[in-house]
Amino acid sequence: MTTTPDGQTGLYKDAVANGLWREMPVFGMLLGTCPTLAVTAAVKPALTMGLCVIFVLVCSNIMVSLMRKGLRPHVRILLFTLTIATFVTIADLFLRAYQPVMSETLGPYVPLIIVNCVIIWRAEARASNSGLILSIVDGLAMGTGFTIALCTLAVIREILGTGRLFEIQVLPTTFPAWAAMGMPVGAFLTYGFVLGFINFMKRKRV
Amino acid sequence: MDLLYSLLLGFVSVVLINNLVFTKFLGICPYIGVSGRIDMAFGMGLAVTFVMTLSGSLTWMINHWLLMPLGLEVARYVTFIMVIAAAVQLVEMYLKRFFPPLYESFGIFLPLITTNCAILGLCLFLVVWGTGTLIEAIVLSFGGGIGFTIAICIMAGIRENMQMVDVPQSLQGAPITLITAGLLALAFMGFAGMI
Repeated sequence: MTTTPDGQTGLYKDAVANGLWREMPVFGMLLGTCPTLAVTAAVKPALTMGLCVIFVLVCSNIMVSLMRKGLRPHVRILLFTLTIATFVTIADLFLRAYQPVMSETLGPYVPLIIVNCVIIWRAEARASNSGLILSIVDGLAMGTGFTIALCTLAVIREILGTGRLFEIQVLPTTFPAWAAMGMPVGAFLTYGFVLGFINFMKRKRV
Repeated sequence: MDLLYSLLLGFVSVVLINNLVFTKFLGICPYIGVSGRIDMAFGMGLAVTFVMTLSGSLTWMINHWLLMPLGLEVARYVTFIMVIAAAVQLVEMYLKRFFPPLYESFGIFLPLITTNCAILGLCLFLVVWGTGTLIEAIVLSFGGGIGFTIAICIMAGIRENMQMVDVPQSLQGAPITLITAGLLALAFMGFAGMI
């Protein structure tokens, strides 16, 4: 990044700040909610999901950025979707080969990355009109923001639901594990309350 | 008779017990965004049911009669998403040409459906569940759509009433919707013992 002219560094900083906080996909824009709710019963699947999304996001941003000159408006979305589907297939096959148990746990939520609005949003809003490096940085920042959000929810749910974190006992064994936290109910409630908490903090600061 | 029984069981199971919204977290985006009014929610639900039945059976046919005999399972995701996009496009053109009133009432929902994860999710779950016959696939995908419609309509009804309720300011909007959805999911868990 040393070759970047001065006026450009602001853009990169903006991209990182947007991804990590200002337009953070899950808590800021409410995008990509399906995987957020589905895979956050424990930290490990959440982390795996996050890494998959980072991989797909960066790769699809690279591809879209490279072919942005040849894009035609009416086939744009179709091309985005096909690019994303290809990389998702790669990620899914990789996961199935090297992490078969995790692949089983995540099930169809890995292929569902195809319709994750975060990825198509970044392809449309960033990669289709900016250079290669900026697209990569943007993909990394957005993906990391997404992963952080997933892990936040997963940590809360796993600790309250089982009393453990990464399969290590964290809370005293006398703590009655809230089984509901591992179920769909826990997902909705945790997400709702964390969003509420973030709103509360934002309002307090103003 | 046996077939009818198992189909009925599958239908009830996918509508109530394995409800796409409350147990599989599919189609949450329109669920949070659109479900402010009952009539809109119902329109959306019908459009989704229609496309879901169509694409569910189409992808099942392609998966079983084309991809699996040829050993092309690798291309499954790419094919599925293309089939769904094409199905939505076809439905849109067909309705516009032959049923203009229906097209008007579906409005902007149709193009939005392509990226509705409930559709692709259901097609993938049909593979995971190991759906054996075409008729089963059709019934299950229709049931999935009905389940989605029920969920989104219940939610719209609750939200219509919620406009008159004094919700804490930080929880207004999406947070309270999610919390309500959580309580509904809890209620739907009660169906789990039915079958």
